[in-house]
Amino acid sequence: MSHDLKIAIVDYGVGNLYSLIRAFNFFGVEAVITEDAKILEKADGIILPGVGSFEAGMRGLEIRGLTETIRNLAKDDKPVLGICLGAQIMLTEGHEFGIFKGLDIIKGKVVHFPILVDNEKVPHIGWNTISPRKGDSWSDTILDPFDKNDQVYFVHSYILEPESKENILALTTYGNHTFCSAVKKGNIYGCQFHPEKSGTVGLKLIENFINLIKNIS
Amino acid sequence: MKNIRIIPRLDIKGPNVVKPVQTEALRVIGNPKKLAHHYYEAGADELIYLDIVASLYGRNLDFDLLKSVTENIFIPITVGGGIRSIHDINNVLRSGADKIAINTYVVKHPNFISEAVREFGSQCIVLYIEAKKQLDGSYEAYTDGGREKSGLEVIDWIKKAIDLGVGEILLTSVDKDGTRDGYDIELLKKITSFSPIPVIAHGGAGKPESLKKAVMEAKVDALGVSSIFHYNEYSIKDSKDYLQKNNINVRII
Repeated sequence: MSHDLKIAIVDYGVGNLYSLIRAFNFFGVEAVITEDAKILEKADGIILPGVGSFEAGMRGLEIRGLTETIRNLAKDDKPVLGICLGAQIMLTEGHEFGIFKGLDIIKGKVVHFPILVDNEKVPHIGWNTISPRKGDSWSDTILDPFDKNDQVYFVHSYILEPESKENILALTTYGNHTFCSAVKKGNIYGCQFHPEKSGTVGLKLIENFINLIKNIS
Repeated sequence: MKNIRIIPRLDIKGPNVVKPVQTEALRVIGNPKKLAHHYYEAGADELIYLDIVASLYGRNLDFDLLKSVTENIFIPITVGGGIRSIHDINNVLRSGADKIAINTYVVKHPNFISEAVREFGSQCIVLYIEAKKQLDGSYEAYTDGGREKSGLEVIDWIKKAIDLGVGEILLTSVDKDGTRDGYDIELLKKITSFSPIPVIAHGGAGKPESLKKAVMEAKVDALGVSSIFHYNEYSIKDSKDYLQKNNINVRII
């Protein structure tokens, strides 16, 4: 590695970004919160965080003129990790209070949970397991070496629906409904759960993402 | 069935974690930073951190103390105490909180709930209720750490707060708090019977059986626990093992 890694956390007006900084600091890696396109372009890895609505998220990016910047970084296959809303807006469109265009980095849409059995409540708040698609493996992904008993923290009402199965990295079941809890396309990752809030399991994912960047840089 | 969350609660006064009994007699438990980290490592699913005198004294909670507590804790933390503005919420989030618990201020300014929800999303805003049973059998919401009557009936107040967009309910039974006598099942049942959002029970956690009862009978989504963990009567692991043996899903680390 020729220089210290720089992680840029995109600040587009949504969410608590401080625990993310601390998660990277935990591994001795510097992370900056920024809305400056130049800093994003120079960074080794990008975190697209966020909680809130799809529309507000996209509007936040557009107001700051970052929509094209992030699309271009993704085209160059720069490592990007979208978290929660940050993962959702990477898809083509969001169906939340209307239909809104997303970044379209990964083809697919974001929809509300269907009606669930056992009267499970939406939002889905709490810890749940993740698993690969049948026949798939997580080797060489940032979920390696996750175990089927490992749990991560979710808080969301809307779910990722990628068009191509190729982009489904992980599945989770809640209220008898199985949904896509993580997506992947090259070095672009998105997870519906919060790795920065998922204890040692989540930290492992952050560490894996750091290692992915190190291997490229 | 989903996982039931076990959430240790830290009541903060000055630099200490304290434990009120029915919100009055306070005992000092220890150092918030140490205790929070201990619970994080012991398998807590989330933490609740409440400055119990901030509202009463009309001041903010200690952001520097909160920062030192949330450092190196990678589970969700709900924080409350003296929050009166969007600016306060920003400060609390910047100090490492994920969710905000509000009680005193919104009792007088309920529309602040929708203002906060618009800004931060429902998932960030937790309605904190201190419920006391009245002579006629109804429950009234109290403020300022169980000292002041609000004039609001608990069920009506929760319904209104849900309409205003609150994302979760933290319900403390003032009558049960610190007694280790079991949660107020009757009150919790009334709430979970209609609430479309998660309910965190608090006040009265005692033997592991009492935790089970709150889940099985009152159908709560999460269990707030303080005394029995603070005094090392049961550990988080003891509680989770017991619940798991009784076919209640929990996260085991």
